[in-house]
Amino acid sequence: MGADLGLRETPGRQAGRRRPGRPQLIRIATITVLLLFVLFGFPQLLSLYYIDTMTQVAVYSMVTLALGVLVGRVGLVSLGQIAVLAIGAWVAARLLFATTQPYPVVLLEAGLITMAAGVVIGLPALRLRGLYLALITLMFAGAITVVLATLNFPNGGHGFTGYNGSLVHIPPIRRPAIAGGDPAYFRYAVIVAILMFALVLAHTKTKPGRAWAAIRQSEPAALAAGINTTLYKLWAFALASFITGVAGGVLAGAVHYLYSIGFPTQDSITLLAVTLMGGVYSLWGAVVAALLYQFLPALLNNWGVSADWLIILFGLGVLQVLTTAPAGLADQVPRDLARLGRRLRRSAS
Amino acid sequence: MIEVEGLTVRYGGVTSLDAMSLTFTDGTCGLIGPNGAGKTTFFNVLSGFVRPAAGTVRAFGVDLLSMAHFRRSRWGVRRTFQTEQAIEELSVFDNVAMVHEHSRLGRGSRRQDVLDAISFVGLDADPETKVRTLGAGQRRLVEVARAVVGRPRLVLLDEPAAGLPDQETGHLGDVIRRIPEHTGALAILVDHDMSLVSACCQTTAVLDFGKLIASGATADVLRDDAVIRAYLGVA
Repeated sequence: MGADLGLRETPGRQAGRRRPGRPQLIRIATITVLLLFVLFGFPQLLSLYYIDTMTQVAVYSMVTLALGVLVGRVGLVSLGQIAVLAIGAWVAARLLFATTQPYPVVLLEAGLITMAAGVVIGLPALRLRGLYLALITLMFAGAITVVLATLNFPNGGHGFTGYNGSLVHIPPIRRPAIAGGDPAYFRYAVIVAILMFALVLAHTKTKPGRAWAAIRQSEPAALAAGINTTLYKLWAFALASFITGVAGGVLAGAVHYLYSIGFPTQDSITLLAVTLMGGVYSLWGAVVAALLYQFLPALLNNWGVSADWLIILFGLGVLQVLTTAPAGLADQVPRDLARLGRRLRRSAS
Repeated sequence: MIEVEGLTVRYGGVTSLDAMSLTFTDGTCGLIGPNGAGKTTFFNVLSGFVRPAAGTVRAFGVDLLSMAHFRRSRWGVRRTFQTEQAIEELSVFDNVAMVHEHSRLGRGSRRQDVLDAISFVGLDADPETKVRTLGAGQRRLVEVARAVVGRPRLVLLDEPAAGLPDQETGHLGDVIRRIPEHTGALAILVDHDMSLVSACCQTTAVLDFGKLIASGATADVLRDDAVIRAYLGVA
């Protein structure tokens, strides 16, 4: 093909080899340093209150990451992610009480079982898009809340539910042997989150990522390119459910005790709001979203300001993002800072 | 060879294709007709987006209509869209590679096949460039590259030159003319630009209100009284 066109070895001809260039290496180095600082600097510098908060940020960054995959990569709006998180937490808690399996195995199992649940829910929902899919997933979240209120979270009891109705002497949900204390568990949560981010990155940079990009822009174009759109949408649902299930497992160990009132349906809406604010097109957006969702309330709480103000703030934030920065704060803040820097340099010279 | 027999498509009370029977042999064939004649509907039937009420389509001996829509591209049905659908978020390379990786072709030849397709359409842009930064003409070429990469058997081009300036239309015409020889595929071109159709197509078929009103050598068809009537609306 094209032999008569006299192809030259131009930079373009290198495409597809994807050797990391210098900017990419600098980026990798920066991220590594940042992660090392988070892993080893944070436990030294932060109080226990904020270490616990940052553990929650690590947990919810996985949840917002998963939601970002659905909304940003494939264009599927889900309002049921808190329910999916609850399923992951429930399964992990049940397994942690019932077995002596190592924690990573339990996390994997929680992820896989949640993934199976996500696929079962996703399959009929895939015929829907936009508002209708959002409504169906919201109803699912509501249904799960009702089921959980009846079933309760395992508290060391026997049988399928693992709940014995006892209100006292409830054993805590165990943590991994290597991460019993809060700082160690924080590191553990961050490492699990890093693995989940790497899992998403491995998807978005390869065949599924390209297929999702095509589906999001135009399903006919994706079909015409030979993409099995149902399979790839279901794949996105499965991946998002797996990650959220793992996050549920990490959450179970972080809080030691789980209650169904901890997973209210309306939190799924707030979660979508912060995910949109953080930015659904970049992985950093998930981190920003988790900081908004968990760190900001903790900060306000510490300052004695009511966290109810956040509902108003998130409402305004979503409006702001939708009108001025569809790619979210993760895109807008660096861009505006760079613009400000250029302006300052220009005025200085 | 594509053999269409009694193809009928209805949208509610509207008959968009009315018992269309036609054979496309080889090379580049034109398909023209006024707006609403059923040209895009015909392409949508071939792509599997629309299920016909009646009729058969045999493509190189294979019953095309019984194949799932996403499998048709893998088998070799490729197309471009009236409103261009190059995927903005992906690079030029990834746009084309996306089709290749969902075909039956192996990974070994992918890079070379993709770069060959990009160079075949004469796209003057770094393959790593994101499509959203390209102009309209270049995006059209990305779509055509997607349609010719690997081993297409049937290339459907739905108004590929719509909205392009003359110079870019001329270049696109050169590319379209070379598709059958270069890929071995049969190409069908839908366009309102008669000079482009004349330049690219040896044979042309004309649809009007879902009915086939003429087909044959392009020059003869364009002189046909029924065709002139359909286009110009003269009595």
